[in-house]
Amino acid sequence: MLNFFEKTGAYALYYVNEAGRMGIFLLNSIMSVVKPPYKIYPIIRQTYIIGTLSIFVILFTGVFTGMVLGLQGYHTLNKFGAEGLLGSAVALSLIRELGPVLAALMVTGRAGSAICAEIGVMRNSEQIDALECMAIDPHKYIMAPKFVAGIISMPLLTAIFDVTGILGGYMVGVGMLGANRGTYFASMYKDVEFNDIYMGLIKSLCFGILIIWICSSKGYFVHLSRGGGFGAEGVSRVTTNAVVLSSVSILLFDFFLTSVLL
Amino acid sequence: MKEKAVVQMVDVRKSYGSQEVLKGVNLSIIEGKTTVIVGGSGQGKSQIIKHILGLIRPDSGSVIVYGRDISNISKKELKKIRTNFGVLFQNAALFDSMTVFDNVALPLRERTKMSEHEIKKIVSEKLVMMDVEGTNEKYPAQLSGGMRKRVGLARALVLDPKIIFFDEPTTGLDVKKSNEIYRVFSKTQKDLGYTAVIVSHDVPKIFNLADYVALLYNGVVQGRGPSGENQLSDSPMTPEEFQLSDNPIIKEFVETTMGPLYLSEMEV
Amino acid sequence: MKNINIETGVGIFLIAGLLCFGYLSVKLGGVNLFGTEQYLVTARFANVSGLKEGATVEIAGVTVGNVSRIDLDNYEAMVQLLIDPGVRLQEDSIASIRTQGIIGDKYVKIKTGGADEYIERNGEILETESAIELEELVSKYVFEKE
Repeated sequence: MLNFFEKTGAYALYYVNEAGRMGIFLLNSIMSVVKPPYKIYPIIRQTYIIGTLSIFVILFTGVFTGMVLGLQGYHTLNKFGAEGLLGSAVALSLIRELGPVLAALMVTGRAGSAICAEIGVMRNSEQIDALECMAIDPHKYIMAPKFVAGIISMPLLTAIFDVTGILGGYMVGVGMLGANRGTYFASMYKDVEFNDIYMGLIKSLCFGILIIWICSSKGYFVHLSRGGGFGAEGVSRVTTNAVVLSSVSILLFDFFLTSVLL
Repeated sequence: MKEKAVVQMVDVRKSYGSQEVLKGVNLSIIEGKTTVIVGGSGQGKSQIIKHILGLIRPDSGSVIVYGRDISNISKKELKKIRTNFGVLFQNAALFDSMTVFDNVALPLRERTKMSEHEIKKIVSEKLVMMDVEGTNEKYPAQLSGGMRKRVGLARALVLDPKIIFFDEPTTGLDVKKSNEIYRVFSKTQKDLGYTAVIVSHDVPKIFNLADYVALLYNGVVQGRGPSGENQLSDSPMTPEEFQLSDNPIIKEFVETTMGPLYLSEMEV
Repeated sequence: MKNINIETGVGIFLIAGLLCFGYLSVKLGGVNLFGTEQYLVTARFANVSGLKEGATVEIAGVTVGNVSRIDLDNYEAMVQLLIDPGVRLQEDSIASIRTQGIIGDKYVKIKTGGADEYIERNGEILETESAIELEELVSKYVFEKE
């Protein structure tokens, strides 16, 4: 019985500790982003990894999400004779919800996992210790460019996702199912307001920070992770954890952000 | 010449969970000399280096570097003290995404305001010193283990630190390559006169380089006395003293790992 | 060569992303990036029931601007309209409040006049027609019958 309590207590303590570590990690990283000197080239490099390399995934998922929305939307709206609203239905659901969330999930899978594994390997091969011993702040040197690149990349990827999604919806709704071309765009222009775009922007910014934060801190603390963090196994387990945790928190945060912003 | 201790560990204790790894370590590192820390694997030899580097803070006791106790100082001051250090990590810890040149140039680029021209000059100089010239544009993954270590040493030396730490410098290398590392080490130490701390398995060969030897066993550095007590923090042992020590643990270590004493026969 | 590749890649990404973002916010969000200088015209109505800020202003069914503010002034509704720069309103234009469909949104319809003079910036449309309330119409019809 006592054993049970001990175990529960140890679990709880571990997670509280981890939350604290990650919180401090986030603060340190934000401070290192703000603190000079600013170096451009590492940011460009990270933007390439997080942003440019994610474009194809985003285009692909964007088009198909839009196509599904067009298909579903057309058949549902058709029941009420309101196919004229197809454009605004597709655009609003993309801009407010699906764009930021799905783009963030894609980036988590593509870039987040890579970041976590990269930092985990750096930790295990003592590269992070080496940086500290050279009196180079690992937050400034490794994390800050990733955070800035994440903050730049996520809203842009989301915008690309939205636009390709709208085109995908157009292809299916107008091209295949025969909704009116003019009303598709007109209803969209009429019903989408700046607030919707603003909401999507805020969400994608938050998700960008969330992904980089969770993935890089999980990798950074691989040596402290439960079940031992050393070796390839430790890194792979921590990477899985990071992807799961950041996907879940994206959905969780999405709910909170929506309720605050609405 | 009076011998001055640049690093002193006094009664340092550290435990992980229920396991106490260091149980009151006393150790002093003498300026300009080479101190070798030996001991079986899993005894916490690397822990000692990490404590001195400030990567790990002790549970109790103090680590005094250049007269400052670093066991509870601010990050900023720690950073300042670390400018005296150069480290060759176990697997060299080179950055995979950078070329050899960029790896060695990193401390110069991040910590000094030198021009690219000057950096290039210093880096090439160090790479030549390590006999790894011509690898500038290669990535660490393309180098052999011995070359990686030498590049790591070049990076450790590039800012001319006062103390250099070697964490298992020859682990995973064959005899020829370890000899190569030792040769480069003796050469650079003679030229640059830095203080060296070497953690190594490579007994007895490593004794040829050592000015002082410390045996870490059972969480403490073994002292010279016959009862197997802790070493006092201010009396490091020379290899000769070590081999003639009355301490039964040291005696056993010497007998099992070194065999007959053939110190003087070996050339480095 | 490697650097050039990365930079080109990032450049393409940034341009594509900014274009998409620009399209979303300018075309869909209706952000006036280049500050197309709309001009202000006021109009007084006895009743603007149902009209909202942001509602469209139309001439001959074409959107030429929107409602920027609605205030109460001397027990009348004072409506400020932002009109697109290329559109000029004659002095005797008539502003009326209409409904799109039977239960649709309220909008401001401007019937152009024939005068030679045009309303200036910050001028006022003098002739107006108020909102027609369906309930009023119905009750009027019902009670007049009796």
